[in-house]
Amino acid sequence: MGVNRRALLKSVVATGAAVAAGTAPAVARTRRTAPPDALGMLYDTTRCIGCKACVVACAQANDLTPDTDYFAGLYQAPTDLNGQTKNVIKLYSEGPRRSYVKAQCMHCVDPACTNACMLGALKKKEHGIVAYDASLCVGCRYCQMACPFNVPKFEWKKRAPKIVKCELCRHRSVGASLSTTGGFSRYPKGKGPACCEVCPREAVVYGTREELLGEARRRMKEYPDRYVPKIYGETDGGGTQVLYLSHVPFDKIGLPTLSDRAVPDQQRTIQHGIYQGFIAPIALYGVLGAVLWRNRRKSAVEGDAAEKGGES
Amino acid sequence: MSALSVAGDPHRPARKSSVDRRDFIRVCTLALAAVGIPFSAAAEIAQAVVKKKLKPSVIWLHFQECTGCTESLLRTSHPAVSELILDLVSLDYCETLLAAAGHQAEAVLKAAMKENAGKYVCVIEGAIPTKDDGIYCMIGGRTALEIVNDVAKDAGAIIAIGSCASWGGIPSADPNPTGATGAPMVLKGKTVVTIPGCPANPYNLLGTVLQYATYGTLPELDEKGRPKFAYGRTIHEHCPRRAHFDAGRFAERFGDEGHRLGYCLYKLGCKGPATHANCSTLHFGEVVDAWPIGLGHPCFGCTEQTLGFRVALHDTVDIERPTGPDTYPPIQARVGRVSPIATGVAGLVGGALLGAGVMASRKLDREPPDEVTGTGKES
Amino acid sequence: MSARSEALGGPIVTRPFRVLALLFGAGAALILWRLFAGLGATTALSDGYPWGLWIAFDVVTGTALACGGYAMAILVYVMNKGKYHPLVRSAILTSALGYTMAGMSVVLDLGRPWQVWKVPVYFWSWNLNSALLEVALCIMAYVGVLWIELSPAFLERWKNGPEGKLQSFSAKAYRIINRYLIWIIALGMLLPTMHQSSLGSLILLTGPKLHPLWQTPILPLLFLISCIAMGYAAVVFESSLSTLFFHRRRDTEMLAGLSTAMLPVLGAFLLLRIGDLLVRGKLGLAFVPNRFAAAFWLEIALTVAPLFLLAGREARRAPGNLFRAAMLMMLAGGLYRFNTYLVAYRPGDDIHYFPTVPEFVITVGLVALEIIGYVVIVKLFPILSGGAPVEVPVRSRRER
Repeated sequence: MGVNRRALLKSVVATGAAVAAGTAPAVARTRRTAPPDALGMLYDTTRCIGCKACVVACAQANDLTPDTDYFAGLYQAPTDLNGQTKNVIKLYSEGPRRSYVKAQCMHCVDPACTNACMLGALKKKEHGIVAYDASLCVGCRYCQMACPFNVPKFEWKKRAPKIVKCELCRHRSVGASLSTTGGFSRYPKGKGPACCEVCPREAVVYGTREELLGEARRRMKEYPDRYVPKIYGETDGGGTQVLYLSHVPFDKIGLPTLSDRAVPDQQRTIQHGIYQGFIAPIALYGVLGAVLWRNRRKSAVEGDAAEKGGES
Repeated sequence: MSALSVAGDPHRPARKSSVDRRDFIRVCTLALAAVGIPFSAAAEIAQAVVKKKLKPSVIWLHFQECTGCTESLLRTSHPAVSELILDLVSLDYCETLLAAAGHQAEAVLKAAMKENAGKYVCVIEGAIPTKDDGIYCMIGGRTALEIVNDVAKDAGAIIAIGSCASWGGIPSADPNPTGATGAPMVLKGKTVVTIPGCPANPYNLLGTVLQYATYGTLPELDEKGRPKFAYGRTIHEHCPRRAHFDAGRFAERFGDEGHRLGYCLYKLGCKGPATHANCSTLHFGEVVDAWPIGLGHPCFGCTEQTLGFRVALHDTVDIERPTGPDTYPPIQARVGRVSPIATGVAGLVGGALLGAGVMASRKLDREPPDEVTGTGKES
Repeated sequence: MSARSEALGGPIVTRPFRVLALLFGAGAALILWRLFAGLGATTALSDGYPWGLWIAFDVVTGTALACGGYAMAILVYVMNKGKYHPLVRSAILTSALGYTMAGMSVVLDLGRPWQVWKVPVYFWSWNLNSALLEVALCIMAYVGVLWIELSPAFLERWKNGPEGKLQSFSAKAYRIINRYLIWIIALGMLLPTMHQSSLGSLILLTGPKLHPLWQTPILPLLFLISCIAMGYAAVVFESSLSTLFFHRRRDTEMLAGLSTAMLPVLGAFLLLRIGDLLVRGKLGLAFVPNRFAAAFWLEIALTVAPLFLLAGREARRAPGNLFRAAMLMMLAGGLYRFNTYLVAYRPGDDIHYFPTVPEFVITVGLVALEIIGYVVIVKLFPILSGGAPVEVPVRSRRER
């Protein structure tokens, strides 16, 4: 028994060392950056008038069926993103402070949802757009649990439900190419994100992430008293491709306070630390097998075999 | 032929042929303004009427009708019907306004048809019975079917005014004992402009007739023959109470607070969301708000064959072409509710299991202690 | 060794069996409805709480309760405590049934279950960052391993049965499996280590949405430790019930030993849990009067209580006490999992979830099926050991 205890202790230490060794390189965590041609949107709460043309345009561009639930007694008035709504305008109103806020997928630089998805149904595709492929989706809804913005929505009422979220109208830009217009990379009209194209006040615009960051900084410099001094999405949660400028605190308009660390980074680091190259599992398996083999001579397994050896 | 008289119009005595040019242009302008043709056309009409002596002949047929559409027309003032029939068109045959009767009237009809063959405007008011060869409406020994086919044969334009003439209207309501039907269904293959409504808005007719009179063309029609300038939108898409609908403010019962505050009548069965018409912008009888919703009663869909006299007045309808409303969700909306029944069931099941577990443990307590120690020793 | 496994025998269809069958029938009917009407119609799941009772209980808690086989394997095969060997087979059976039920619940919970075959097959699409992929593949493999580990029980009966195809096949298979049993058992210990800790990684990804009293980088470790404790507790629980219902010999000595083994595990869990909160500076949140603090303290209380119950040597020999301690441990571990997956998961204010009656009935039905499976299999196949039913010497009764 004492011998075995020692053996067990040795094996545990060995495994622990393997795990530690595996973790070491991952501790120097790599920060993912947006691809150079990353497309995104810049939404400015000070310019939005809440006309909701973007909500209608999104529904039309994406062929979404109208929401006929009588939320709050209204027709086609979703209270949030849902299985038929990829873009919604919400209102923050507290005393004299008011702000509209556009809510849709943030197209994170290092998304939690793509990290969660088992078969990569959600994946960053061209221009860093987080795209959805239903053929790889089993409907496990882990992406919904993972997203810090609660963006992916599920078609609960359908018999073949899918995950629904903004995909920057990538289906419209197939075959089209970007060209610089007024300082932004744009598709021909009708090929870019519908919300941006229809906004009458350019409250939401699109372009490459770099261009948008430049524009956001320019606006903040030109009107320093107008905005909260931060571009939301520049580094939040590892950075997002949809950026926000606001005149009220971001947590009031539903944008969570996140550190600069990418949301999935901690879990990924731990996961890789343990499973790097599958070394630790194989090592553990080897150790377990060795221990069992040693114990085989002892009565436990022997008795097992004797018993199984089948006295009738 | 000009032995016409007009039902007394106190404001404008019947006038003969000589026209004051300025007055005439004013009349044309008003008429055009009512239906959206640019004012510049006024000069063209004036030219047409004076120079080309173009006062189109209008033959107005009445069948299974209540004459409401004619009455509605009589209550216009932009232009007044007197100006219409004296200055702008030549109303050659109209049973309501005809001074003549009997054989004289029939002769008028025949002559007008012969003189203006291919150019006259045939206006049809009222449904046409088709059952039993159409004997349920006979004028001068002829069935409505015969008359309409005869007159429409050489017409330059055919206009069906009112829901009855457009698709059958009230006479066609269940069980439709006379087989009443609209003019387009009888005059198959012909372009029939339909101006449904009960009554039709007279300016819709005026606009159509004036366009024909001026340009010789008919306005753009939809698949049911309705002029798009009047029937291209549903009432809902241009209703003055739309903001109430969007904000969720409804009258729930006639006379309640919401009804008195003028809230949306959708829940009381307003057919506005599915009814194509322009009553919301063009009221009746020259009185502001003289239309059903303006008076506080839901629209009943009188222009639509699937709704008017078919669907119960206070049944709600689906919204055609819905669009996002003018209200805003909060930053975090409420999701999910905790069902008291489920909570109760969970509590019961959980309690039962816990109780069972406790009972089992008590039973184990009561077991006498082991006399013989367990089998481990024999290892 | 004198303790050998035998089939329990006896009638299959008893009154309890009928009750369980009824419960399963109700569950089955509602399963059909769920398949027909969809998740939205039958559950209270929403975009706010996409994971509910079926994940938190059936999968996460259910598999932990089914870690009896894992826990026993560590004790018997690694630490070489042979005396617990008689408990192994029934523990493996409970594990096999529990994991199978968890698997069924997962498929029921999936929105697009017809694609689930792609998960093990589409290896070119595998997202190796996904903890859920690891859990899924691992559990799929583990269910297979469990039934293979259990197969000797079936094969024993069949190979000793009448001559025929089944008999010869069973004899052959029996020999093969026995030869490689060690490697199968080792796999049966590797796999749960992997996926039970990954169940902790799973909820780790929710980041700020998980209340700081539960969100920690050592979630995988905590899940692993608590599942071992729950596994032992499940063995004590199941063994005690077998004694009660099947009138088997009491395994008090073994159960006492198991309970003793549970104590350091529980202690380690508590130490890590509280220590982690101290290190991260979040312990103060446990004193803010709200439902999170209440849930936390209930968890701690349920974890500490068994330590008190099992404090004395005599206490560890009382069957009723052991049973109560086991129940508390199972509740503690279950509550920990419920807390991490449901209670402490806050996607936003004013978002609520409570399972619907169909969700409960289906869960109860599946558990009933599991129990039915257990009862039928122990009656037909050599699972339980312990020879003749308990015969209390007449002498001791009269002397009382």
